Amino acid sequence: MQTIKNYFAGFWRYRYLLQNLITRDFKLKYRRSVLGVAWSILNPLLTCLVMFLVFDAIVRGLRGEGIPNFAAFLLIGQLLFNFFRESTSMAMESVLKNAPLLRKVYIPKYIFPMEKVCFALVNCLFSFIALIIVLVITRTPVTFATAWMALYPLIMLFFFGLGIGLILSALYVFVRDIMHIWEVFCTLLSYASAIFYDPDMMVESVQRLIHINPLYWYITAFRSCVIWGEGLTVSMLVVCFFCAALSMVLGIVVFKKNQDKFVLYM
Amino acid sequence: MRDNGQPIISIDHVSMRFNLAKEKHESLKEYFIALLHGGVRFDEFFALSDVSLDIMPGDFYGLIGLNGSGKSTLLKIISGVYKPSSGKVTVRGTIAPLIELGAGFDMDLTARENIYLNGTVLGYTPKYIDSKFEDIVEFSELRDFLDVPLKNYSSGMVARLAFAVATMTKPDILIADEILSVGDFLFQQKCEKRMAELMSGGTTVILVSHSIEQIERMCNKVAWLDHGHLRRNGPTAEVTTEYRHFEKKDSIPADRETSN
Repeated sequence: MQTIKNYFAGFWRYRYLLQNLITRDFKLKYRRSVLGVAWSILNPLLTCLVMFLVFDAIVRGLRGEGIPNFAAFLLIGQLLFNFFRESTSMAMESVLKNAPLLRKVYIPKYIFPMEKVCFALVNCLFSFIALIIVLVITRTPVTFATAWMALYPLIMLFFFGLGIGLILSALYVFVRDIMHIWEVFCTLLSYASAIFYDPDMMVESVQRLIHINPLYWYITAFRSCVIWGEGLTVSMLVVCFFCAALSMVLGIVVFKKNQDKFVLYM
Repeated sequence: MRDNGQPIISIDHVSMRFNLAKEKHESLKEYFIALLHGGVRFDEFFALSDVSLDIMPGDFYGLIGLNGSGKSTLLKIISGVYKPSSGKVTVRGTIAPLIELGAGFDMDLTARENIYLNGTVLGYTPKYIDSKFEDIVEFSELRDFLDVPLKNYSSGMVARLAFAVATMTKPDILIADEILSVGDFLFQQKCEKRMAELMSGGTTVILVSHSIEQIERMCNKVAWLDHGHLRRNGPTAEVTTEYRHFEKKDSIPADRETSN
């Protein structure tokens, strides 16, 4: 109990560092670009447009007919998946990248993966402006009574990503191969997350495969709240929470067990 | 805390063991190849072996020793960067580490932004940094360059800024690792003065330096490390006199261990 209290006291002491690091990342990301922060919105908008053209016009047969509001459907999948990919891959490199600092000053090491996941969340929130634009342009009906519930899968996805980010960042210090493996795995995961197709159109065995992918649940729960007006089902509530909690517990255990050895391997 | 005669830093039988990076396996492939070639070998090397040392409040402690004698390792253990392989370090107070200046600086940011970033790295609140901002700018003499990215600074300028940030507060313990070797002589004098000021305010200082003159001028006690062993420890004059007459052949070899 005392150690948990100490942990939070330590975190509280460094909250401004977290804030400063996020601001720094944000500043550096858009330094020297003419449009600056507007890219946070333009980028997902343009990516979505490309995907929309590809999946809507060229291979219409692949995704199956009858996904209503396909543009919004696609963008939600894309944004949430990008949030996950960005937060985990940036978190993975974060500890090692800050080696010069960690070798000289004592800072709680989890600050770095945590900062990257927060930064990815900020980016994701900005790109929701793109989502709003798409919802308005395509006249997608949004039920406000359920739309706010989308916060639930988003927050749970944050913790899901944070837990995995902690694991990856710890492993990455010891074995650099993780980066390549994770990159490929994310590509695989993106096809299994029902970003641009309706999973119910798939054969049963594929459907079962998709259903064991946590990202499918986060994305579907979000869609259900925002564009389907159906809110959250019990299984969505449970799966989203369970995956996030499991990932956090594993993340904290793996990170804590290894963090004292980091300095020796950096 | 200062009255009951308790040491402000107790170093209790501390050893630090490193795996020598003869074969460092950074990818799985390398690791498995090494496994096939008759096992992964670890050569262990003791950067510190069984060092015990008590530092009292108000001490100005000097650390001397040849290159690779474990001085920096000891500082890093005290400041919490390394966890000792065995033994225990107890620190009773706040530490301002000056281990290689500017560790927390981001070269793409301006001096102003870096003051805040580095200040929060050391655990200060933005409000507190606000209140010390003028002092920092004043001390570092960099007012005209506040909004210039640090990559355009000279190394001396970076050092000045870093020293100013690190000593903005009155820490209980100040750890300085050869920092005074940077900057011009006027700035070095200024740094020494600031450290003397902090000391008169009750701060305990640990200083690593290769300049025996500087140690003799500033420290009241000295610890001499030789390949990870604490060779001598006591009042400055005694230790430095012996250190001056020290020859390489007399040194104690570092402890090693090889295992498969």
